[in-house]
Amino acid sequence: MNLSLKSLLTAAWIVLALAVSPALAADAPALVQALGAKSFNQKIEAIKQLATSGEPQAVGVLKALAARKLYLRKSDKSVVLARKSGKQYALSRPLTGEDLGKAPKSALKKIGLNNKMRRAIKAALGAMTLLSPSEEVRAKAAAAVFKSRDPDTLEALDAALAKETKPALKIALSEARAAVILNMEAAEADRLAAIAVLKARGDRDALSVLKSVAAGKGAPATAAAEAIRDIETWLAFWSAGQNIFYGLSLGSVLLLAAIGLAITFGVMGVINMAHGEMIMIGAYVTFAVQELIRSSAPGLFDYSLFIALPLAFLLAAIVGMAIEQGVIRFLYGRPLETLLATWGVSLILQQAVRSLFGPTNREVGNPGWMSGYFELGEITLTYNRVYIMLFAFAVLALLFLVLRRTPLGLQMRAVTQNRPMAGSMGIRTGWVDALTFGLGSGIAGIAGVALSQIDNVSPNLGQSYIIDSFMVVVFGGVGNLWGTLVGAMTLGVANKFLEPYAGAVMGKILVLVFIILFIQKRPRGLFALKGRAVEA
Amino acid sequence: MSGLMLKALDRYAYLFLALIAVLAIVVPLLNLAVPETHPLHVSTYAVTLLGKYLTYALLALSIDLIWGYVGILSLGHGAFFALGGYAMGMYLMRQIGPRGVYGHPVLPDFMVFLNWKELPWFWLGFDQFWFAMVMVIAVPAGLAFIFGWFAFRSRVTGVYLSIITQALTFALMLAFFRNNMGFGGNNGLTDFKDILGFSLRTDGARAGLFIASAIALVLGFVLCRVIIHSRLGQVLVAIRDAESRTRFLGYRVESYKLFVFTLSAAMAGVAGALYVPQVGIINPGEFAPANSIEAVIWVAVGGRGTLFGPVVGAVLVNFAKTYFTAALPNVWLFALGGLFVAVTLFLPRGIIGTMQHYWHRLRAKAPDGDTPAPPPAPANAPANEPAE
Amino acid sequence: MTSLASGSILYLDNVNVSFDGFKALNTLSFVIEPGEMRAIIGPNGAGKTTMMDVVTGKTRPDTGDILFEGETDLTALDEATIAELGIGRKFQKPTVFESHTVYDNLELALKSDRRARKVLFARPNGEERERIGHVLETIRLQDLRTETAANLSHGQKQWLEIGMLLAQEPKLLLVDEPAAGMTDAETAETAILLREIARTQSVVVVEHDMGFVRDLGVRVTVLHEGQVLAEGSMDEVSNNEQVIEVYLGR
Repeated sequence: MNLSLKSLLTAAWIVLALAVSPALAADAPALVQALGAKSFNQKIEAIKQLATSGEPQAVGVLKALAARKLYLRKSDKSVVLARKSGKQYALSRPLTGEDLGKAPKSALKKIGLNNKMRRAIKAALGAMTLLSPSEEVRAKAAAAVFKSRDPDTLEALDAALAKETKPALKIALSEARAAVILNMEAAEADRLAAIAVLKARGDRDALSVLKSVAAGKGAPATAAAEAIRDIETWLAFWSAGQNIFYGLSLGSVLLLAAIGLAITFGVMGVINMAHGEMIMIGAYVTFAVQELIRSSAPGLFDYSLFIALPLAFLLAAIVGMAIEQGVIRFLYGRPLETLLATWGVSLILQQAVRSLFGPTNREVGNPGWMSGYFELGEITLTYNRVYIMLFAFAVLALLFLVLRRTPLGLQMRAVTQNRPMAGSMGIRTGWVDALTFGLGSGIAGIAGVALSQIDNVSPNLGQSYIIDSFMVVVFGGVGNLWGTLVGAMTLGVANKFLEPYAGAVMGKILVLVFIILFIQKRPRGLFALKGRAVEA
Repeated sequence: MSGLMLKALDRYAYLFLALIAVLAIVVPLLNLAVPETHPLHVSTYAVTLLGKYLTYALLALSIDLIWGYVGILSLGHGAFFALGGYAMGMYLMRQIGPRGVYGHPVLPDFMVFLNWKELPWFWLGFDQFWFAMVMVIAVPAGLAFIFGWFAFRSRVTGVYLSIITQALTFALMLAFFRNNMGFGGNNGLTDFKDILGFSLRTDGARAGLFIASAIALVLGFVLCRVIIHSRLGQVLVAIRDAESRTRFLGYRVESYKLFVFTLSAAMAGVAGALYVPQVGIINPGEFAPANSIEAVIWVAVGGRGTLFGPVVGAVLVNFAKTYFTAALPNVWLFALGGLFVAVTLFLPRGIIGTMQHYWHRLRAKAPDGDTPAPPPAPANAPANEPAE
Repeated sequence: MTSLASGSILYLDNVNVSFDGFKALNTLSFVIEPGEMRAIIGPNGAGKTTMMDVVTGKTRPDTGDILFEGETDLTALDEATIAELGIGRKFQKPTVFESHTVYDNLELALKSDRRARKVLFARPNGEERERIGHVLETIRLQDLRTETAANLSHGQKQWLEIGMLLAQEPKLLLVDEPAAGMTDAETAETAILLREIARTQSVVVVEHDMGFVRDLGVRVTVLHEGQVLAEGSMDEVSNNEQVIEVYLGR
């Protein structure tokens, strides 16, 4: 009896306190105590009061309540925070955190929750964080409210909106408010205004809210349907943007794979079927470097790619020069024989790697700065793809510099344009050939470092790029680096735009067929120079 | 025409034909008539293996016809081989009838597995042997005609043509890997039961296929000889050596190329059709560009521009492959890769071509009894106008 | 205009060709009469080879008319058709079928049905043998008829190519630098050979060698920067101030 009387009194006191004035509502400890009331309605009322009390610790208390960590101490019926400590529970006072000693489980009674309360807590937490001094918390809270669309948060939203000064957050809050309004009984004008707000937001979340409205009747439903159409157009636009990103990303991969070939095939006219294996070598260098780092200096892992780049360039360049000096040199002017011989070299290199590293895929890790993503509007950009894109452009730019601004580039152009003349002017043409080939191979090697980040590193890595690389170079126009760039990007984007309609494989087939037809139309590619040589 | 035949069938050709004829009689005989315990017995495995080599030889011959004599290096001839193989495979699938795992009276197992309700239109007619045989020739030839019509009219030549033929077979490989293409996807066509009513498991059927392969090779060989020794053959070699010159003499080069390319594809198709029942499976892997390039090296090893060369090359290289892949699997790719390099660097005429070369040098001015001379020692061509 | 064209064997009017902005032929116009031999000279890059390309169908002109025998428009036809109409062409670099014998080279060049299905079953007949024999005589290669073309000397290859042109029985021959790389004796013989040919056919000779052109003793057209700079006898042309300026530099 005593017990019930006491609780009754408490309840009455709370009701009184709530009724009398807001000043009293700020009496946070009393409100916390009220959370221990018997009636769920009383508890819910206490939650709502806490939410607007302005008490900084209220968030923690409500979270504890939601996590079922608030207990009623049987001895004095006070609400305490309990944390399991050994066999007993360590008690502390909510809000203040004052240590209340330990108690066995039998001395405590967990404060009950029902679904209505849970909702109230959630709404209250949302609303409270809306007023948090931290911008980040406020932004998160606004997003949370937008998701929950709980009508109970409306008041808090209005309060927050009135206080908010940051324009971005003001928009977020008003969007959340619109979502809430559309989820409750409201005047038609308000609903229409809310629809307009969501239309302006124009993303997938807005779309799902509007869809629920459009299912209804009346002017709001029509307005929502219209807004949905607008948003869908907008979203289609974004998805095209996303496709372009994927396409450019694929294009940059193709570009990386093809740049080296643009030199060996495009500038020197050498068909190097082992080009793909130069890429493979680069990828395996990355693998080896990472293995070494893992075993001896794990701290350097984030720099592994930077260490691998020069090594991959050097190794691939050396292998390339060896191929040029050992095989290709003897086959100049016989492109079809060169093709066959270098194919043989590619088989040997593949088998060599298979013998050294095994036939299966090798794990190449992404350094921390390569993982993760960021969003640009509705487009998701992963860091590894973005970096590879930038890297591809950087390599291309560097190559332009080498060709245009260095003595090697000058000699290279001289030799390719008029070999006997270059030779008679004292240029060691054989040496320039070897260096040019080494440069093309080395670039393939550093492409391998980049591609190891997004592709499987296996002995077959090179094979999967060789046809694509040739397609890019031939499509773009042999001997023209700009053509290679445009070719790679065009094919990449075309591939990604075909994929949704035709599927990945069919898209690739269509692109291949397109190139085959294109070469018929313009056998020398997009940017071929027109010649006037006529001889057989 | 008969005069042409006579000209084409000189004693070299007779030697070759006799060799194949002896092979076609002796090998099945040693397999069927000689008891297994006898040392001269040829196992059915060996018969099938040799039969496979003969189909490879026919494929090599078809490549030589266009590469050795017209200078068109196709890196996609495996595609025509595989298409012929698929046409045969479709016939063999239809012959399985209700004996499949799912026991459907008409549909092959993979279609039942994919929940297909009826035969796709392009499978109709393949229950008839004659129809399948027409398709074995018509499909590869048709594709070659369409492809060649575009390519040769636009004067795509040299490495550009090689690269797009490679892209062609690559695209076909991707396409045939797709389940909904209706050709068994990844697994291809297999579990064949019988051909023309004979069970494929019997020694007799194996021997029959061996003989059929030998006959096909002989026919292909004679056909190539006749063409090479006609004036058309001279025009083809003229195109190989100086395409513009031929054009300015008034020959429509693209028509000639189209003709041999199509013919060559049909030969490759026949080779594929004979290959499939002997190995018992056809899958998209046959379209892999690597296969086509490997076939090119058979021709190079044997000697392009000779008609014996590709046959010799195909048999030798594949014999080596069979041996190495069983005994020293890790070494095979090194050996094959080394072969590519060594042949192009040190033996550009191939085995038979080199032998002929020295034979001709010995007999100096004697009238040219054999094929038109092998391709001239390659001269330097400008890099932007890839010749050959 | 049409009056000029009618009765001519080759008629070029206002022909323009440009490669990536470079004008290889610039409003080129000239007329060759039937039975005429004409020498065309000009410095490097004057458009001589391009002129041959547009006449034989290798290159399409951007604008302009090219008429053969006053009526056939050559600008829309391909090389093979133009060759069959009766225009033969010799390249600057001698181009023969190296794997074939001299005789086979000529047999391939003989005027005959060029369609693949006819060629497949074609057999040489007596009349053809006679014609080949005649050509062999003209080009002085009778003794080398069974020799593989690859084994011929440079000059012999030049002659074989001219012989192939003759076997083709064209109405008009375009000959690009026939004397290039020849010894003086060979050059003189070539001049005689060409004059012989010109008795029955129209010939256009492009040449660098002034001595050779003088030997030919024919009307000369001087090309410069894709257009006709001067036309007349060798003496007239070599006294033309503009020509001297172009050849000797400013």
